Amino acid sequence: MLTGHQTWVFANKPVIVGSSAIGGPFEAKGPLADDFDTTHGDLMLGQDSWEKAEKVLFEEASDKAIEKAGLTKEKIRFLIGGDLLNQLISASFAARTLAIPYLGVFGACSTAMESLALAAQLVDSQAADYVLAVTGSHNGAAEKQYRYPTEYGSQKPPTAQWTVTGAGAAVVAREGSGPRITSATIGRVVDMGLSDPFNMGAAMAPAALSTIEAHFRDRQLDFYHYDLIVTGDLARVGHAILSELLPKHNIKIPLERYVDCGMLIYGDNPAVWAGGSGCGCCATVTYGHLLNRMREGKWHRMLVVATGALLSPMSYQQGESIPCIAHAVSIENE
Amino acid sequence: MADHKKKRLTPVQLQYQELAKRHEPPRPLARNFLRAFLVGGVICIIGQAIQEIFIRFFHFTEKTASNPTVAVLILLSVLLTGFGVYDRIAQWAGAGTSVPVTGFANSIASAAIEHRSEGYVLGVGSNMFKLAGSVIVFGVFSAFVIGVIKAIWKMGWQ
Repeated sequence: MLTGHQTWVFANKPVIVGSSAIGGPFEAKGPLADDFDTTHGDLMLGQDSWEKAEKVLFEEASDKAIEKAGLTKEKIRFLIGGDLLNQLISASFAARTLAIPYLGVFGACSTAMESLALAAQLVDSQAADYVLAVTGSHNGAAEKQYRYPTEYGSQKPPTAQWTVTGAGAAVVAREGSGPRITSATIGRVVDMGLSDPFNMGAAMAPAALSTIEAHFRDRQLDFYHYDLIVTGDLARVGHAILSELLPKHNIKIPLERYVDCGMLIYGDNPAVWAGGSGCGCCATVTYGHLLNRMREGKWHRMLVVATGALLSPMSYQQGESIPCIAHAVSIENE
Repeated sequence: MADHKKKRLTPVQLQYQELAKRHEPPRPLARNFLRAFLVGGVICIIGQAIQEIFIRFFHFTEKTASNPTVAVLILLSVLLTGFGVYDRIAQWAGAGTSVPVTGFANSIASAAIEHRSEGYVLGVGSNMFKLAGSVIVFGVFSAFVIGVIKAIWKMGWQ
């Protein structure tokens, strides 16, 4: 049900009955390694290209989430998914294998929460009983498409981020046990005129601010309502900026409750510069680590704000600035 | 160009960009310069050593030794690229590895490896010079311009 300007409050509170996270070799060395269902030692996953490897990540995440939900794929009505590659080839090619009626969505790194919000809306409005939301990215494939060949020797600045190799999936159901999706805020595109693709955190932080502001305004919530507010992949630079922006805009959420997936996934590893990024970042951290802790009862109410930079290599070359977006989904234990 | 761009920004955008700038960790310029100097220098010393070997043991002259020397450096660079080491050295060394001929070889080899999955013709063949292409185009063009200037200069001198 529409509440305020851009927020859906789900009366039936759809349930996440199963979720999964699949990671690559670099993720397996990070502090969240135990929260991945599977981690691969081979960045190629036994395939002959990065793109095919990303498709396999996608398929594995889907299968695992369905299995953990105790379902079979015939039960899933719709698959909503997306990735970072041109024409959404990972999501679409995985949908070919899975043979589930499919909607492809693109929101760059915000895809995880974009697809989850849509899945929850379908279930809440009784358009479906089970919907699968899947999102994934691959470091090699993303570098190849957006930047330089992976073996090219170029030095990256300290504001750069490391694209996560991984995919996460969640099965959203009308009934069942598990954390429930209570609301979603769809973000507006925000562009502050920044154009450095090696500093995405700074470009995306205002989009996250806009969506968080809208969420609290639309739902008229207390700033202490959530135990945890998580942004998708702002990393260290964007996290610091947003931490300064929130109080300035009178959003008095306790800053110790604000974390970022891009900082959680690799810890303090200096090899990833400012932190993790890519649509697999928010997906694997949320569907693995964060939901696991919620099921254990460490947190009861969290707001996940997935941030995305909607640029393409061509828009960058043509001198365009980077338009950004953020979508927020609130997940709560009963 | 930069000023022209700034003019189109709204005050809110400008204000935010100032804030973002404050949070941007600075590039470690002094460290980058030092490392580039050291690594670039080391690569040149290696090149010099290879040249000396060709002159001493294979009876090349100083002039004729330069071609095989460059070839050996390119081979080394391509091997290191193929083994996935060159990009790691480059992250540490910065311009130190991109300026010498080894950097040029790396840009071609890395693009060729990357696009191997699209086949030899559509992948390797058409993407190999994706990065090196502009170096070749502008290198040849500036050589042409300098050549013309030199020719005119000589005519005026005589």
